[in-house]
Amino acid sequence: MTDKPPTKIRVRGLRKAFGAKRVLEGLDLDVGAGESLVVIGGSGTGKSVLIKCILGLLKADGGSIQVDGEEVIGIDTDQREEINRKFGMLFQGSALFDSLPVWENVAFGLLAGKGLHRKLAREKAIEKLAQVGLDSDVATLSPSELSGGMQKRVALARAIATEPDIILFDEPTTGLDPIMADVINNLIIKITRDMGATALTITHDMASARKIAHRIAMLYEGKIIWVGPVSEITRSGDERVDQFIHGRAEGPIRMAVRA
Amino acid sequence: MPMRPLQLVGSFVLTFLESTGRLVLFAVAAIGHCVRPPFYWRSFGRQLIEIGYYSLPVVGLTAIFTGMVLALQSYTGFARFSAESAIATVVVVSITRELGPVLAGLMVAGRIGASMAAEIGTMRVTEQLDALTTLSTNPMKYLVAPRLVAGVLTLPLLVLIADIIGVFGGYLVAVYKLGFNPATYLQNTFEAVKVEDVTSGLVKASVFGFIITLMGCYNGYTSRGGAQGVGAATTNAVVSASILILCFDYILTELFFAR
Repeated sequence: MTDKPPTKIRVRGLRKAFGAKRVLEGLDLDVGAGESLVVIGGSGTGKSVLIKCILGLLKADGGSIQVDGEEVIGIDTDQREEINRKFGMLFQGSALFDSLPVWENVAFGLLAGKGLHRKLAREKAIEKLAQVGLDSDVATLSPSELSGGMQKRVALARAIATEPDIILFDEPTTGLDPIMADVINNLIIKITRDMGATALTITHDMASARKIAHRIAMLYEGKIIWVGPVSEITRSGDERVDQFIHGRAEGPIRMAVRA
Repeated sequence: MPMRPLQLVGSFVLTFLESTGRLVLFAVAAIGHCVRPPFYWRSFGRQLIEIGYYSLPVVGLTAIFTGMVLALQSYTGFARFSAESAIATVVVVSITRELGPVLAGLMVAGRIGASMAAEIGTMRVTEQLDALTTLSTNPMKYLVAPRLVAGVLTLPLLVLIADIIGVFGGYLVAVYKLGFNPATYLQNTFEAVKVEDVTSGLVKASVFGFIITLMGCYNGYTSRGGAQGVGAATTNAVVSASILILCFDYILTELFFAR
């Protein structure tokens, strides 16, 4: 019998609304230490809201989020800064700082957060860039000089530069061609495995989800409606999951389309 | 419906009070971050150069032409009463008390307020501010505090230089166009100017520096909705800073000179 890994992130009854629109309605989710969990769901179902609530970028209306057993809803700014040191985050649009060269983007957490000397931080940044398959020549370029795929890799290098325990990926393959998307998927698998990090990814790219996940959870109407190992998703027994993973317009999930 | 006009007035007052409250809370938080470590010296140095050094040409040109026009206009007016000798006094007092700080403030509001709102607004809509938070860096501390302090310290220096250039502009017109004796003009200038004329202008400049950077940062920080939101933030930053500069100019003049 194998021991179940300790829970790294525990979400219970999470609620979040924007005005009258209720996005998350009592969401429950567990992410085990060292596991890669992918949350799938249609556009506008609240996947990004879930990640932003975990990071404290959005204030949850209710419920509980625990990171390593510590409640993070309602904590003050200093505690939040401390908790966020455990996280690395890859944003959907990369969110690189345009005013800084690539290496300073990668080393930002080391310079501002950990106060590392600039020379050492630069060496570390180049090392991380190499880990995501980028040459040291890229280090002095501005983010605007890079292609979308390269920006994504730089953002990935920034997310892992401080060697966080937990890495969050927000639509890591959106906007990339299939080959570059697979390169990013491989990097995510390699990096999280090498670092032993816990990964929480949100995506609607099923190819990516199948490749990088240990478990998949599906978010629909503000709740997790199914969660299980990636190998079992085709046998979920839930019509909504089947419709989503096969990308069918017909089924119980109705998209809000207005003429 | 007899209540409708009252409802409109009430709604306007409530919106105004809400916006003012938000701005005051933002300003209080920003001031708090200015005095609490960590301090981002590099970011502060960059702002000193951006606000101070790069604004010198535009402020200098504004000042020299203002001084020249002032001398010319005063001459055409005062010649009717044979009071041409008062030109030096009018130029130096007007420049140091009023025109130096106000015109420099308005020019810097156009240049710096707009650029701050656009930069921070773009960072907001491209998730760069969220990225800062995930890197355990408070955006208020990293982006807003250095700009505020740099604005408060740099504007008085710019205005001091503008005062000198403005008086020099008046001197050029008086001596080379109107045929004044250079030594007499300078003597009249030094006799007319008092320490409080200059210091009141410098205090005004400091307050204007705070207003410009606060409005630039606030409007950028709270911008929403993509390119249109950033555009609106930029316009609001310049317009609100310009109006506030003129309001506070009157208030400070009352405080300094009303007997």
